Amino acid sequence: MKKVLALVLAFVMVFSFAACGKKENTTAKSEGVMTYAQYDAAKKDDKVVIEAYVQAHQSWWDNKLTVYAQDGDGGYFIYNMTCSEADAAKLVPGTKIKVTGYKTEWSGEYEVADGATFEIEEGSWIAPATDVTKYLGTDDLIKYQNQFVAFKGMKVEKAALYKWDGSGKPGDDLYFDVSKDGKTYSFTVESYLCDKDTDVYKAVEALKVGDVIDMEGFCYWYEGVNPHITSVKAAK
Amino acid sequence: MKKVLSIFLVAIMIVSCCACHGKIGLDPFVMPEEFDEGKTYEITFWAKNDTNKTQADIYAKAIADFEKLYPNIKVNLLPYTDYTMIYNDVITNIATGTTPNVCITYPDHIATYLTGSNTVVPLDELFESTKFGFGGSSLKYKGVLRQDLITEFLEEGKFDGHYYAIPFMRSTEACYINKTFVESLGFTLPEKLTWDFVWEVSEAATEKKLLDTVDSKTGEQDWVYKINNQKVLIPFIYKSTDNMMIQYLAQKGAGYSREDGSIEIFNDTTKDFLKVISSHAKTGAFSTFKISSYPANFLNAGQCIFAIDSTAGATWMGTHAPLVDIAKDKLVEFETAVMPIPQVDPENPKMISQGPSICIFNKKDNGEVLASWLFAQYLLSTDVQVAYAKTEGYVPVTSAAQNDANYLDYLNREGEDNNEYYDVKIKATKLLIENTANTFTTPVFNGSASLRNAAGQLIENTTKSTTRKETIDDAYFESLYKDITSLYRLGEASKESAGKKDLGALPKEAVTLLTSLVIVWILIAIYAILKYNRRRKKTK
Repeated sequence: MKKVLALVLAFVMVFSFAACGKKENTTAKSEGVMTYAQYDAAKKDDKVVIEAYVQAHQSWWDNKLTVYAQDGDGGYFIYNMTCSEADAAKLVPGTKIKVTGYKTEWSGEYEVADGATFEIEEGSWIAPATDVTKYLGTDDLIKYQNQFVAFKGMKVEKAALYKWDGSGKPGDDLYFDVSKDGKTYSFTVESYLCDKDTDVYKAVEALKVGDVIDMEGFCYWYEGVNPHITSVKAAK
Repeated sequence: MKKVLSIFLVAIMIVSCCACHGKIGLDPFVMPEEFDEGKTYEITFWAKNDTNKTQADIYAKAIADFEKLYPNIKVNLLPYTDYTMIYNDVITNIATGTTPNVCITYPDHIATYLTGSNTVVPLDELFESTKFGFGGSSLKYKGVLRQDLITEFLEEGKFDGHYYAIPFMRSTEACYINKTFVESLGFTLPEKLTWDFVWEVSEAATEKKLLDTVDSKTGEQDWVYKINNQKVLIPFIYKSTDNMMIQYLAQKGAGYSREDGSIEIFNDTTKDFLKVISSHAKTGAFSTFKISSYPANFLNAGQCIFAIDSTAGATWMGTHAPLVDIAKDKLVEFETAVMPIPQVDPENPKMISQGPSICIFNKKDNGEVLASWLFAQYLLSTDVQVAYAKTEGYVPVTSAAQNDANYLDYLNREGEDNNEYYDVKIKATKLLIENTANTFTTPVFNGSASLRNAAGQLIENTTKSTTRKETIDDAYFESLYKDITSLYRLGEASKESAGKKDLGALPKEAVTLLTSLVIVWILIAIYAILKYNRRRKKTK
């Protein structure tokens, strides 16, 4: 009996290690699904079918969900995807989804247009934050559009405003300016992604001109880079 | 048995009382004889600004000035930058009994708020009050006189026989034009813009020229638009497609809706207009804000020729606009013309009247409602009207403000700088002043807000379907009309208000009460039968 038990345990261990070693292939695509390069080359209003991993999503509303997704090659912004509230709860970070919709562009932001449909697939992956600080102000930054990225050693030039010019109220999107190497950029805390009760919202509200900070977030675009920040801390 | 029955009846009474609690709406507002200055009132004001800090500052100053006059009224400002957000929040707060006191709104929205019981205060009695009404003797500020309010604007807040809103500012739409490009294409702007002219120039602008290079992503030969040497050009962009459809139908004299809530939008004129739009979306000559982005961004980057937006968006339009959302190095130098929207019949122009109105929500304390009215009326005072009107292409809603020396001086200084006297902004304002008699509004009823959204969605869907290469034919429109009717539940709300009401299922409390009453009667009957039987036994 002991021998049998030992044998079973050994098998279990071997299988466990094998399972641990199984690495998610984040660039492989199912049949009929575009690679990131194909998606990138698709024209506006072309039909697109993508596979990616949910990294975050904005708050659900009226059967719609806006999702930040990524695969091993690039990022996707899936705007107002058709989604029930129950399904939205299933789309935790890491969830693999297949999305069918149309490609569009809004003020420089390439996205899967509103009304896209999705299905959940097997697989999970959380994208690490890629440090893109060195690409700020260069044409290379757009290659990271919609990816989860990091900006390090940024200096606060303008404290946070509710709405772009301060005409809003607490709970609205926060806009603040940060600089690097003499160039200033507008960053945002998108309130539907990180609301007023989140750590990042409170931290950004408290930022002072001259603070030097490290940030992580999604490389969103609005008439130029306009990242949606999800974390902020004092620069190391 | 008697005791059990008594206890049961008492319990039923308690349950019945509980069922009533909290379900009764507010009593109608009753005009107080006096305003109690010994009592402190705290009122909330949900205001809307056009993402314009100056406007938010003007509200704050108006509140500070008002509070100096009425130290017992504290006004809490909650700024919004979107009418729809206010609408959604009001609907949510009606359910919880936490509506604001004073609220910037559209008349269409008020029609929906009115489905609650005494939710919005009818203003007729407040208007007429000799003490606190327009120009009232007990006001602590120089109140606007009734005859000073521009009649067309005031009447927009009247429906179901009552005034439910006062106008705050008025605007219309304007066509902001890259005149330099129009002329480069060999056209001359007519005195009055027509749809045919706009479509013709827009199509001419879509001409491309091939380059010697190859697109690295697609592998295709590179090209740019001939007119701007850029790869991006949307010659004609419309911000509010709701207005686009509504105004076109009005210009054509075609059906949209009636005062009784009947809906007439699904007609052949609508279909024909959608076909025209589709044909220009197909060539890339036309797009919308929802599909592409802000018209101002394209216009200022030399990527648009005709940008139609509110006159209240004028400060964003043009090379030297005081408010800009694109990088400075993307701005293109051009001459901006400001004209009324394209017309079907230029001799009989028709354009929409829009802009913020003010409504007052009912409260248990009539004194609180009166305090709200005092503040709302203060917003019509000349200083507030003139200050706010200057922030955008708005027109004050009182003749006192329109004829104010300070305001007239402002209008006369058109183009003196690119800030307060920005020419595009003042031209947009003058456009409405000159065309007030040509403005119109659509009927207001419960459901008119949905119909407005549906009008725009017809254009959005047609444009999107066209660029996605779907077949646009009669079958498409049949299906589109069906989908939009269902999506916006058109006709349902208006039917309720017009005809016999379907009140739906009874509330739980009512069901409990009625069930209890039936049980009580059954028990009484059983008791009576038992008593009768006992008597019969005794007598036997």
